Amino acid sequence: MSATARAAPDPRAPWPGPFVRYDLIKELVVALGVVTLLAIVLTVLFSSPDDPPTTIQSWAQADPGDFIATATTELAGTSELAEYGPPYNHTPEATQKIGPLDLQSTPGVRIPIDTAKDFVLEPLGEIPANPRLKRALAAYQAAPPALQEAWTGAYEEALPKARIVRGIPVLPAGRYGPVAPMMVALLGLAQSGGLDGALLAGDHRFYQTNYTKPLLFLSGGGYFEERAEGQHLLGTQWGMMNETGSYPGQVWLWLYTFWYQVEPFKESPNADALIFALMGVLSLAFICIPFIPGLRTLPRHLRLYRVIWRDHYREAES
Amino acid sequence: MWTTWVRERAVSSLPPEKLLPDRQPSYVSSWIYVFGVATIAALVVVVASGMILGLGGPTWWHTTSLGRFLNGIHLWGVELFFFAMVVHLWGKFFMGAWRGGRGRTWATGAISFLVAIGAAFTGYLSQQNFDSQWIASEGKDGLNSVGIGAFFNVANFGQMYTFHVILLPLAVTALVVWHVLLVRRHGVVPPYPAKVAAAAEPATPSEEATQ
Repeated sequence: MSATARAAPDPRAPWPGPFVRYDLIKELVVALGVVTLLAIVLTVLFSSPDDPPTTIQSWAQADPGDFIATATTELAGTSELAEYGPPYNHTPEATQKIGPLDLQSTPGVRIPIDTAKDFVLEPLGEIPANPRLKRALAAYQAAPPALQEAWTGAYEEALPKARIVRGIPVLPAGRYGPVAPMMVALLGLAQSGGLDGALLAGDHRFYQTNYTKPLLFLSGGGYFEERAEGQHLLGTQWGMMNETGSYPGQVWLWLYTFWYQVEPFKESPNADALIFALMGVLSLAFICIPFIPGLRTLPRHLRLYRVIWRDHYREAES
Repeated sequence: MWTTWVRERAVSSLPPEKLLPDRQPSYVSSWIYVFGVATIAALVVVVASGMILGLGGPTWWHTTSLGRFLNGIHLWGVELFFFAMVVHLWGKFFMGAWRGGRGRTWATGAISFLVAIGAAFTGYLSQQNFDSQWIASEGKDGLNSVGIGAFFNVANFGQMYTFHVILLPLAVTALVVWHVLLVRRHGVVPPYPAKVAAAAEPATPSEEATQ
């Protein structure tokens, strides 16, 4: 037997060299003790973050102008969500594509959201004992779409000139139709906390666990995004791999988040779909490394195994 | 009986001396091997703390000091789990640990890592705080863009909580158990040949990972 053969056994064959005593159960018990102790020490030192959620009430109270502006775009059907496409609505040409492949459209509209009806008209319709609002709502719903558009358009245009007086926007005179009293009523409902409940319990069930509507409404506003920016959570700040405060967060998402920071993905309108597809391919390659020629032999050329098994090589080569 | 076949197959594939050996090849005396067992230990801490957290329901940790403490253990357990798993994974990559018919061992480990990312992601979505809100708001776009969001709605707390406390932990645990059984069946991969010019050496059939 040559020296090389002695040092290079077939990795399928039983190990021909020396053995050492090993107690796997003991190793696991010791590891469990050490990891538990480490987790306790880290918890005592750093605890865990728990920033309270943003509610529609807190948003409407802290930034009524932003709330009204967002709600108006939802009523007008001009918000990002109103024009999102599947799975929320049927907006044409709104989907992201991977080349010619339109996976976003494939399942269709499975979580239907009509922003005007769900976020504004239905919650307002639940407010009791307000004849002025009832008349405004009836007028708005009876008006032709072009007139509705003219009212919401004029209101949106005038909003930057509004003054906030005691938490309520006061706009210069204009042709807003019933939109102005509707928006003031919606703001009042939101500031009282009623809109949080109305969006969650829109289908009048007692138990609720689906926050899709209030969350999508919140995420359309600038207030929500500003809060995220202050916590370094925006996409341009490496987004959701971060955690509120100075906690490590989901650092294992670094590669996924990385692609959003570089071209051609950074400015692409199809960035989400392209990055998802790229990560899918990379994940598959990661699983299949043992079967990919070139990749499966790479560690042999990198020679870092000599650091890992340095004691073995020192002994084998001495 | 098929049950007899299953029992005989199980015993022949993993006899006690392979399942729980009392000795290992001498090359196993390296610190890198600690991270595999540390990953399993961290998984035990994460599952145990998660089960206790789950007993009180999804909101009690916000309002009690014991709940907050357990949430801390759960969070740091997850961070330690991923740290140990990533070091273990890089170590196994540099060791070419798929050699000698160990391809499935690598694949189950890699899939465990990817499924664990999903388990952690749904955990962050289940916190019921601002972080959850923002992650749902951002995460929906990626999932919607490829049609997954229509079925896996990150803003639906009930759905995410079910995935986090039942489905994905079961999947991760099952994959890790499968991975460990494969490690025990095939044994730890031996070192690359010593005193051989690595770049000049051709790939041998034993380096391939076919089962």
